[in-house]
Amino acid sequence: MTRSYLPHTAVDRQAMLAAIGVAATEDLFADIPAGLRLDRPLALPAALAEQELARHLRDLAGQNASLGEYACFLGAGAYDHYIPSVVDHVIGRSEFYTAYTQYQPEISQGYLQALWEYQSMICALTGLDVANASLYDGGTALAEAAMMACAATGRQEVVVARAVHPHYRIILGTYAADRGLTVKEAPFADGATGVAGLAELAGPATAAVIVQTPNFFGCLEDVAAAAELAHKAGALLVVAADPVALGVLEAPGALGADIVVGEGQPLGLPVSFGGPYLGFFAATEKLMRKMPGRIVGQTTDFEGTRGFVLTLQAREQHIRREKATSNICSNEALCSLAAAVYLTAVGREGLREVAELCLKKAHYAHAELVNRKVCQPVFGAPFFQEFAVRCAKPVAAVNAALRREKIIGGLDLGRYYPELAGCMLLCVTEKRTKAEIDRLVRTMEAVS
Amino acid sequence: MRKAEALIFEKGQPGRRAVDLPACDVPAPDAAALIPDAYRRKTPATLPEVSQLELMRHYTALSRRTFGVDTGFYPLGSCTMKYNPKINEDAGRLDGFAALHPLQDEATAQGALAVLAAMEQYLAEIAGMDAVTMQPAAGAHGELTGIKLIRAYHRHRGENRTKVIVPDSAHGTNPATAAVCGLEIVEIKSHADGAIDLDALRAAVGSDTAALMLTNPSTLGLFERNIREVAAIVHAAGGLLYYDGANANAIMGVSRPGDMGFDVIHFNLHKTFATPHGGGGPGSGPVGVKSGLIPFLPTPVVVAADGGYRLDYDRPLSIGKVLSFYGNFGVIVRAYAYIRAMGPDGLLAASRDAVLNANYCLSRLKEKYHSPFDRFCMHECVLTSKNQKPYGVRTLDIAKRLLDYGYHPPTIYFPLIVEEALMIEPTETESKETLDGFIEAMLKIAAEAEEDAAIVKNAPATTVVGRLDEAAAARKPVVRWQP
Ligand SMILES: Cc1ncc(COP(=O)(O)O)c(C=O)c1O
Repeated sequence: MTRSYLPHTAVDRQAMLAAIGVAATEDLFADIPAGLRLDRPLALPAALAEQELARHLRDLAGQNASLGEYACFLGAGAYDHYIPSVVDHVIGRSEFYTAYTQYQPEISQGYLQALWEYQSMICALTGLDVANASLYDGGTALAEAAMMACAATGRQEVVVARAVHPHYRIILGTYAADRGLTVKEAPFADGATGVAGLAELAGPATAAVIVQTPNFFGCLEDVAAAAELAHKAGALLVVAADPVALGVLEAPGALGADIVVGEGQPLGLPVSFGGPYLGFFAATEKLMRKMPGRIVGQTTDFEGTRGFVLTLQAREQHIRREKATSNICSNEALCSLAAAVYLTAVGREGLREVAELCLKKAHYAHAELVNRKVCQPVFGAPFFQEFAVRCAKPVAAVNAALRREKIIGGLDLGRYYPELAGCMLLCVTEKRTKAEIDRLVRTMEAVS
Repeated sequence: MRKAEALIFEKGQPGRRAVDLPACDVPAPDAAALIPDAYRRKTPATLPEVSQLELMRHYTALSRRTFGVDTGFYPLGSCTMKYNPKINEDAGRLDGFAALHPLQDEATAQGALAVLAAMEQYLAEIAGMDAVTMQPAAGAHGELTGIKLIRAYHRHRGENRTKVIVPDSAHGTNPATAAVCGLEIVEIKSHADGAIDLDALRAAVGSDTAALMLTNPSTLGLFERNIREVAAIVHAAGGLLYYDGANANAIMGVSRPGDMGFDVIHFNLHKTFATPHGGGGPGSGPVGVKSGLIPFLPTPVVVAADGGYRLDYDRPLSIGKVLSFYGNFGVIVRAYAYIRAMGPDGLLAASRDAVLNANYCLSRLKEKYHSPFDRFCMHECVLTSKNQKPYGVRTLDIAKRLLDYGYHPPTIYFPLIVEEALMIEPTETESKETLDGFIEAMLKIAAEAEEDAAIVKNAPATTVVGRLDEAAAARKPVVRWQP
């Protein structure tokens, strides 16, 4: 068989078999016991030619309601931000995307430098000393941060705010379960995590206090207060942050956070039905040698030319095996590259501008909905681009009406927080226009 | 030409930008009025300030200092650097997939759920398993998921099994995964040919055995001929068998892990199923299980309903979640496109050609390079630099010299049980001419080692930097730019 992905002709195969000294390819599989050879073709659909495949894929994609067609007011961990054209043009260069991990630095200098620059940008955003080259997503980055805090403090307990993304907390529970770690959840009031609630739970056994800002409800947390309280207990403060919000929010590192993690998807990655995303992870220098994942370092070659290498590999599974700080191997490198290109594209002023656009449009939408009495506000804490509202009609009914107007509505908060049944979490990014927001308000008004 | 590329932070000028943002079209107060003063950032983060052309030139320059499969031959063992079909890239970027929010109403994402459901079914068929979760984001993440499933399974049966058996030839992620799942590692020695020592295995198993983790073909590129005995020993002790699917490119349509006796498997879509490695990710590490482990799968599970699909979160025995949403969907779409392009006969042909290519390299290279095993290999072969050692040439030197000939070197110094290992995985997408070119280069390097070892030991001579001081990088880490 010769196919576009399989170059051998019958003549090639014959020549190669002859060189090997066997009569047939089957002879090369002699080690597989006869009873273990599959004696039938795999039950899979027959091959498609490229143009047939292209049509089939278009059909499948066409069965989904894409955000290209619908105005999206749904966030909750995946955000519909504008992606500058340059991002895809850069990550579409196949020198980047067809490479693998930079084990051979001399022919990977470009990628290593891009990752090192990415680390530098994450350090600048978070206000911390060292960032790794990526983890899988925001949720796993948070879980890894908790695991690292336990290892670094020798303690077995973490206190996590209940206002942290519910999926992140489930992942944390899954990661913690088999390691004998205890996870305690601190309550929220008026949308934010009270210092008192955290203080009550944090004690001498606490390795980490974990908050998210903006939190799952879009509300801003008092990072400085959380840091003070965590440190008083001898624990580390882990902050999960929205990297776009960090355009207007003080760097958590500057407020006392020891580890800052988060979902990097807002930085130039499509929502893509949940992945691939990007877990960013930064920490203080003190924690550097305990960090999970790959880290790129600067060095020189023997002639003194600046170059980059994977460094501090004594933390990693391929060197330390069961003593490694994490089991991660492949990460989300191309997503880090996309994030670096995004941050370069918007740049120093642009990131603040994007964040301010989100902030202002969300507040406009909130004000319209509340002032027109379309729905009631749920929380009073300051918020960034997401906010909760209580609807007169069930959330599902409101969303159905919105869908008819080509709008994807908000998240039904009752799904995760029973006490918030009937509340909807809306998100307004810089991509939403005034016309779209007004259409949202009008449509919700009509169902209320 | 040896030359550093300026950093993005060293380019541009204050005030430059690479994308123009829209004006605010809503009436709203200033940011200062919306964010409490103590929470507000006072000075912007030190991000680059470059024009759009400067941005493109910078990243184009960096791409030209990077070697990918599209640049040249990349026989990196254990990594399956096969060609990444371009239509798969187009597929992942279709609006209906890329611009789809994970929490959208399921009714509006039926095409995406159909892809997930189909992939679960295809991979279960290829693996000989009963169900698959697409959630894990990479191979090691699949291992973590699989070992957690195994722990949950034992726990549910009232057993607290605390040990994982790992052969000494295993990839580092296997013991690392067992450790992060709170299990103890029992390492067992392999025979010189990489086969599991059955006596050592019998001695190692017991009522505390949670699982054996195995790669088959092994990390030596050899099929574990005693796999049925291995499975019987572990199962008799009440343990389960975990299959590390890194080497599945050898067995598609040829033999199925489920039929070999494995209970849990992960695949690497970024290896076997042609999705790009991305410079180290994103990958995808779906996990397949036998029926007894289905109740423990991570949530949600895609289920058929009313002629379509929905997501089932109501799984009381589930281990929870290992990723925020449903997996690296964009990668899964690419692998789906690959399987549909190949069909059952195409996948079988791919595995057969992968094995043919590896044996062709082995048969021609073993004249000059020491081959530790006198048998056919599967999809990759392991050689060593033992014959070059008398000339003072090590595996690292050979790898670096290959750079001068325009090839990405094989995996080196892995597996750990072979001294000075060189692990070559050509993959099926390489032509005979490419393999011949590579083989010629390898033979030439062997000749250089004998005649002019310095050329090899001082390589590479043609790359943008020479050998780098890794020790200095780790001793005094410089891990970010500072103004
Ligand atoms: C044998 C083996 N197991 C596991 C892994 C880990 O896979 P990933 O890098 O996708 O996490 C690798 C990766 O190279 C491997 O070769």
